Amino acid sequence: MQSQSAQKRKIRQTLVAYSFIAPNFIGFAVFTLGPIIMAFLLAFAEWDGNNPLKFVGISNFTGLFTNDRFMASLKNTIVYSLFTVPFTLIVALGLAILLNQKIRARTFFRTVAFFPYVASLVAVAAVWNMLFTPAKGGLINQLLMNVLHMQPLKWAASPKTVMFTIVLFSIWKNMGYYMVIYLAGLQGISEDLYEAAALDGAGALQKFRYVTLPQLKPTTFFVTIMLTISCFKIYDIVYMLAGGSNGVVNKSATVLVYYIYEEAFRNWHLGSASAAALVLFAIVLIVTLIQFRGEKNYAND
Amino acid sequence: MRTKSTNRFITMTIIYILLIILAFVMLIPFVWMISASLKFNKDIFVIPYEWISKEPRWQNYLDIWTKIPLAKYALNTVKLTLIVTILQILTSSFAAYAFAKLQFKGRDLLFLAYIATIAVPWQVYMVPQFLFMRRLGLADTHLAIIILQAFSAFGVFLMRQFYEGIPDSLCEAARIDGMSEYGIYARIMLPLSKPALSTLTIFTFVNTWNDFLGPLIYLTTDSKKTLQIGIKMFISQYSAEYGLIMAASVLSLIPVLIVFMSLQKYFVAGITTGAVKG
Repeated sequence: MQSQSAQKRKIRQTLVAYSFIAPNFIGFAVFTLGPIIMAFLLAFAEWDGNNPLKFVGISNFTGLFTNDRFMASLKNTIVYSLFTVPFTLIVALGLAILLNQKIRARTFFRTVAFFPYVASLVAVAAVWNMLFTPAKGGLINQLLMNVLHMQPLKWAASPKTVMFTIVLFSIWKNMGYYMVIYLAGLQGISEDLYEAAALDGAGALQKFRYVTLPQLKPTTFFVTIMLTISCFKIYDIVYMLAGGSNGVVNKSATVLVYYIYEEAFRNWHLGSASAAALVLFAIVLIVTLIQFRGEKNYAND
Repeated sequence: MRTKSTNRFITMTIIYILLIILAFVMLIPFVWMISASLKFNKDIFVIPYEWISKEPRWQNYLDIWTKIPLAKYALNTVKLTLIVTILQILTSSFAAYAFAKLQFKGRDLLFLAYIATIAVPWQVYMVPQFLFMRRLGLADTHLAIIILQAFSAFGVFLMRQFYEGIPDSLCEAARIDGMSEYGIYARIMLPLSKPALSTLTIFTFVNTWNDFLGPLIYLTTDSKKTLQIGIKMFISQYSAEYGLIMAASVLSLIPVLIVFMSLQKYFVAGITTGAVKG
């Protein structure tokens, strides 16, 4: 008798729990989990969205690696990440150290450094396109010519400088975000360590080298991972800065996600788009696994 | 003593110089944006640049509303952002309560499903997701954008982390008093989780407001477009209407600026959740 009522209560409890989860989980399962599974199937098929789907084995993947445009996208994405990750990291760390000092108007400066991150991309990219216009009348080219006595640059309009322009913009827009993470890291360092270092006669530079940097190692690791993943997902910045009036991005600036978008929604090569998407997923997964490993190491320390 | 204070003075001077350079680099684009929004197109690339026009052209701020259906775009964006934010907060906090405070079969497995998808970028499954939505007849509808954004794993994860920090004894006491689980959620957990709810609100708001790729793929009818897509189309079509483009940009930034200024504290809290341990 008693065990029966206990069992009833347990079933009731489970039902209540599921009723809490259901609204979110149903939406999540149908519109996120389902499509993820579909992405894996599609990558091994040929489909234009209308005619019957045909499974083709791994030919979508082998096709990718002989495709010029895909290889250019992959190369550009890697180059972009190689430059954006270290420079954003260094600038973010520098900013965090500056803004961790006891200074006036600290909140103001933090807000200023962070605002570009939340500002709508369309708006700030529009300003950048005008400031960095290839014309001589642009503010930045004026600066180059009159202050630094250099030749004006073509910026996003030339295949030689387009990636440089995109990297510069990304650093400017996103460094505030990583600065906030570094600030939290800096505030977690115990004051005692600095005092002990001061007793040993360490100067400011030595404190930075022997206390700050080693203590920030987990933060730096985390920032590197986050930055790398977000770099591989880059799309909209390229579309805004390097996309022509018809939105087409040249081979000199195309990136992985742009390739997926173009293959799927312009060419309707859905299978090959999904194969490219899985390549992106594989890269992100590898980076995430490295993160798990690293976090375990830091936890053991 | 004296050298120490001179040293300090020099350090502080360097710090302030760096900070002023920083503020300059970060703010110039925004200042230029406002300045250019008050100009005739022909005056934008005049050398030397005139930061404050002698005759500011306020007309740009009136013309932009008739040149493109900016009011419609804004209305669409506000509508989508509000619905997504409310749905996201309700469903995430609701599900997170069960994950954090209830015992039931399959809990860990279900939660693992959420966690695993956080690592999968949306760009990986956006194509099949679109095909599926199209099948359901949701292509070119606002409902598609709402569905796209409203059930994120991130929201559930964030809320669960916060609820874990609230002592179980609180729920136990309420249960003994005869309160139902729904009552505990509504009367105890929700009021206690204001900081986490604020963080989720501002993240969802900014993401939905600024989202570009989603609306770009889904919304094709002009009257359904959001601010971001609408302004981008305008820029592509009239790339030489500099003054108007800048006026539209300034207008689209104002709501973000207001929300950001009032909830900044929670934004920072959200970024650092899980970012730094110990």
